[in-house]
Amino acid sequence: MVTDSKLAKEIIAKRVAKELKYGQLVNLGIGLPTLVASYVPTEMQIAFQSENGIVGMGPKATPEQEDSDLINAGGQCVTVMPEGSFFDSSMSFALIRGGHVDVTVLGALEVDEEGNLANWIIPGKMVPGMGGAMDLVMGAKVVIIAMQHTGKGKAKILKKCKLPLTAKSKVNLIVTELCVIEVTAKGLVLKEIHKDTTIDEIKSVTEAHLIIPDDIKIMDV
Amino acid sequence: MNKIVKIEDLKSIFKDGMTIMIGGFLDCGTPDTIIDMLVDLNIKDLTIIANDTGFPDKGIGKLVVNGQVKKVIASHIGTNPETGRRMHTGEMEVELSPQGTLIERIRAAGSGLGGVLTPTGLGTILENGKRKISINNKDYLLELPLRADVSLVKGSIVDEFGNACYKATTKNFNPYIAMAAKIVIMEAEELVKCEQLRTEDIMTPGVLVNYIIKEAV
Repeated sequence: MVTDSKLAKEIIAKRVAKELKYGQLVNLGIGLPTLVASYVPTEMQIAFQSENGIVGMGPKATPEQEDSDLINAGGQCVTVMPEGSFFDSSMSFALIRGGHVDVTVLGALEVDEEGNLANWIIPGKMVPGMGGAMDLVMGAKVVIIAMQHTGKGKAKILKKCKLPLTAKSKVNLIVTELCVIEVTAKGLVLKEIHKDTTIDEIKSVTEAHLIIPDDIKIMDV
Repeated sequence: MNKIVKIEDLKSIFKDGMTIMIGGFLDCGTPDTIIDMLVDLNIKDLTIIANDTGFPDKGIGKLVVNGQVKKVIASHIGTNPETGRRMHTGEMEVELSPQGTLIERIRAAGSGLGGVLTPTGLGTILENGKRKISINNKDYLLELPLRADVSLVKGSIVDEFGNACYKATTKNFNPYIAMAAKIVIMEAEELVKCEQLRTEDIMTPGVLVNYIIKEAV
């Protein structure tokens, strides 16, 4: 079992990066998903979108590069690639809803057997708002959830989400530090497991039913 | 036509209970000089329409902290804990709208459209109280236009007529907010003569702008 949180995040980000394909337009959510960019080789020519109005976002700005007019959707100063472009929020979300974004990577509070996702509200406790998440999950061609397998020791991959949904049946893939799970019409299929864990261990921290195929692979991280 | 005014001259425009739309994204492209004036003016019971409520000590957040806001319509309030706190105590009402829906509702108002049909929010609690319309066997939610009494816009380079260019990610909600209110006030980071802004670089036509103020440094 991977218990170190920093290492867990690194495993997740590395594995998610392997899902991206040459030339794709990709939106990485705030937090853990942002780390994915560090593991994508430049020759992949991935264009990263920031929904506040950039396609072709570059790395985080160094102190010398910082420009308060150029931020990402998390409010951090970033850079832009030579081929990048800036636009307004209507264009940005037209790209998202209009099916022009190939992949979105987001975190989750809960995800379930039907590919439902909850990540924007804990009623009465934490109400950050959905920001761009609902549009991203609805509009992106592929939705990848990148998250630590459990939260405060509790399962996050559930039979049915209890929290209000962000979108219904839109998640395609779940990547955690323990495994890779594909969402299919039949349910959740365990595709890969980390070399330091076992299927039984994964089952013990997953509430949802997992379909176990014969050809489970070891996560390439 | 002289649209350039001093910040003091704007005070008479604002009244208690107004609906004000404010451009910006996490205080990037937010007209902070006008917001500071509103904090001084201390008008109350405002409805604020914006992407977010900034930070407690920065941008739109100052209006929230100062207790001037009755209702917020935004996509995200997570960066300003004071908005969340006031929502939970019932001091303030918060309507959350997905970011892509929020900008289209604003665009609809400024573009003469009766609303927008979006798949965003289907199968979630956002369906509550909304009409679901099926087009070619696909469901959409009908989202209604959002308009304001006054819009506050921040331009990076603005000419004397109000033509504006937005640098980098300061564009965000600004161009559409500039279309959705009866009175539009442009805060200029840099104020130039008309011939100094290339016509091709204009992102908001000055004809939409009623007043221009220079950002306080």
